[in-house]
Amino acid sequence: MIKRFTIVDEAGLHARPASLLVQKAATYPNDIFIEFNGKRLTLKSIMAVMSLGVPQNSVIAIDVEGENDADIMAALEKVLVDNNLI
Amino acid sequence: MSMKYSGIGASAGIAIYPVYKLIEVDLTIEQQSITDVKNEVARLENAIKTTSKELQTIREQTAISMDEEHAMIFDAHIQIAQDPEIMRQVQEKIEEEHVNAEYAYDHVCQMFIAMFEGMDNEYFQERALDVKDVRRRVIAHLLDVPLNDPSLINEKVIVVAHDLTPSDTAQLNKTYVKGFITNIGGRTSHSAIMARSLEIPAIVGTKHITDEVNDGDLVILDGLTGTVIIRPTDVEIEEYRAKQEHYEKQVAIWSKFVNKPSVSKDGKHVEIAANIGSPDDLDAVKKYGAEGVGLYRTEFLYMNNDNFPTEMEQYKAYKAVLEALPNKKVIIRTLDIGGDKHLDYLPMDAELNPFLGHRALRLCLERTDIFKTQLRALLRASIHGDLHIMFPMVATLNEVRQAKAVLETCKAELHAEGIACKDDVKVGIMVEIPAVAILADQFAKEVDFFSIGTNDLIQYSFAADRMNQKVSYLYQPYNPSLLRLIKMVIDASHEAGIWTGMCGEMAGDKLAAPILLGLGLDEFSMSATSILQTRYIFSELTYSEMKAMAETCLTLDSHESVQEFVEKTIKGESK
Repeated sequence: MIKRFTIVDEAGLHARPASLLVQKAATYPNDIFIEFNGKRLTLKSIMAVMSLGVPQNSVIAIDVEGENDADIMAALEKVLVDNNLI
Repeated sequence: MSMKYSGIGASAGIAIYPVYKLIEVDLTIEQQSITDVKNEVARLENAIKTTSKELQTIREQTAISMDEEHAMIFDAHIQIAQDPEIMRQVQEKIEEEHVNAEYAYDHVCQMFIAMFEGMDNEYFQERALDVKDVRRRVIAHLLDVPLNDPSLINEKVIVVAHDLTPSDTAQLNKTYVKGFITNIGGRTSHSAIMARSLEIPAIVGTKHITDEVNDGDLVILDGLTGTVIIRPTDVEIEEYRAKQEHYEKQVAIWSKFVNKPSVSKDGKHVEIAANIGSPDDLDAVKKYGAEGVGLYRTEFLYMNNDNFPTEMEQYKAYKAVLEALPNKKVIIRTLDIGGDKHLDYLPMDAELNPFLGHRALRLCLERTDIFKTQLRALLRASIHGDLHIMFPMVATLNEVRQAKAVLETCKAELHAEGIACKDDVKVGIMVEIPAVAILADQFAKEVDFFSIGTNDLIQYSFAADRMNQKVSYLYQPYNPSLLRLIKMVIDASHEAGIWTGMCGEMAGDKLAAPILLGLGLDEFSMSATSILQTRYIFSELTYSEMKAMAETCLTLDSHESVQEFVEKTIKGESK
C-alpha cells in the first residue's frame, strides 16, 4: 500500500521526527519504504531517511508491503501528524 | 617554572588537579582482501552488538549523572550503530569487493559523514559528529583496540583533550573529573554546554594545550577567566586555593538567588536581564532566571556565516529567542559590525581609526539592503513576543530618524505583502557616544528606551582605545566624569517618561552595579553568569544607601577614590 504526504514543517523531514518515524517502522516485520525524488529507501534506516534531505513542501511516498499494511500506514501517519510534519 | 596558557572560559569554577590526557587511539585502517566473507560479516555484527551494548550502558549512566535529555543523544547513537542501511551497504561492499569489515564499515560511514557535513544545516552537521562517534567505537571493536575510556578514570583529575566527543563528555564522572581543557571549541560548543550542565569548570579553545602538558602534570584551571597554569608554583597554588575557596563560598550564597526577583534590601525592584549572542545562550538565561534579554548581539548570526543571513534565517533565530521567553522583554540590537568585528564576505576599506569609523548603524544606513533584511526579519518575529529593537552607535538625532524611517518602510512593505508584524514595536538606542549622552533629553523624545553601552562610552569619553594596552589604565568605569554622564542620561530619560538600561560590562560589575542602581538605572543587562552575584549585591543594600553612595561618588575626584569609597561602604554595610 502506497500513500503520499506533503511535508509542511519548515525544517522539512528533520532528524528528530524522522528518527521517531524510523523507530516506529522498525517495530514491524514488514518491508517499509520511503520514496522521494526518485529514490526508494528503507524507512527502517535513519541514515537512509536523513540522506534524502526532504525539504518543506515536498511530497514523499510511504510504501508498506505485506500484511496489516493499512494499520501500519495509519500508525506511521499518526507519527507524521503528531510531529506536525503533515 | 610554571607556564600560563589561556583559552575561553566555558564553565565557571576553579580546579587544581593532575592532568589526565585523553589521547586519540590509533585507529588506522588498512584495506585487506579477504576470502571468508561470512567471517567478516560475523565480525561486523559482533562489533555492532558490542557497541550497542556499550552505548546502552553509557545511556543509562548519562540518565543518572545528567538527565534524560542528554541521555537521548545515545538513543540516536544506538540507532546509528544498528542502522540497517549502513549494515546493508557495508555487507554489500564486503561481499562484492572482498574487503575486510573495518575497511568497508569505515568507507560507508565516511560517505554518510561527508553527506551530513555537506548539508547546509547545523542539525545535520551535528549528525555527522554522531556518525563519527559511533564509527570510532565500532572500528575500535573491530580492531580490538581498547578505546581510551574516560569512564575508567578513578582518581581526581583534570581531563585534557584535543576535543571531547559527546560520549566522552557523558562518561565524565563528576566524582573524579574535576574539570576539562580542550584545544578546540567555543562557548557554545557541545562540550562547553555539557560542562555547564555538569557544573564542572572547563576551558575550551586553548589551541595547543595537549602539546604543553603531560599526564600527571599539576594544572590550575580557572574557568572564570579562561586561564590555565601548568606546573604552578607553591605561591600560585596557594593563591588559587584561596580564590577557589572564596568562589565556592560565593556560589553557595548566590545559588539562593536563582529565579528570585532582583530587589534591594528594602524591596526596590530592578530588572536584571541577560546579554546573549545566539539562541544557544538561552539555557543559561533560563537557568539563572533572568528577567529578560537586555542585549541580543545579532552580529554573531552574521559572523558565523559565509554570506549574509537571509530574512528567513534571521527570523528563525529571533523567533526562537522570543518564543523561549514568553512575557519577557527581549532587546535585539541591529547589526553592530566594524571596529574589531568584521565579516569575511563584506569587504571594508582599511580605516585609520576603525572604532571611530564606518561601523554599526552608520554602515547600515548606507547599506539599507542589509539593514532592511534585518529589520524585516525582526518585525516578522515581533508577533512572537515582547520585542524591542535597538540601534547601536547612534551619534546624531538625524541618524535615529533615518533608522526609524527605514523601519517604517519595512513595516509598510510587510503590510502590503500581507505579512503579520506588530505595529508598536518599541525602539531604543544605545547610548555609547558622549554627544548622545549630553543631548539625551532630545533623544528621549525620539525613542522608547536607552541602553548605555559602557565599553564604548568609556573609550570615547576618555579618548582611549580599549585594545591598546598602553592606555588601558584609562578604562575607568568608576570615574566620576563617566558617572555624571550616566546620571545625565538616566535623568533625561525619566524626565521624558522613558527608561534607561545598561548592557555593558559595567552593569554586572560588583562595585559599579550598586552605584548605578543608586543613580536610578532601570535595567541591568549582563552575561548570565553574573546575574546571581548582582542580585546578591543588591539584596545586601537598601535603595537609600545606594542612592546616598551614588551621590557621594559624583562628588569625588577620581576613579580610584570612587573605587575605594564603594569598597569600604559595601563592606561596612554587608557585615
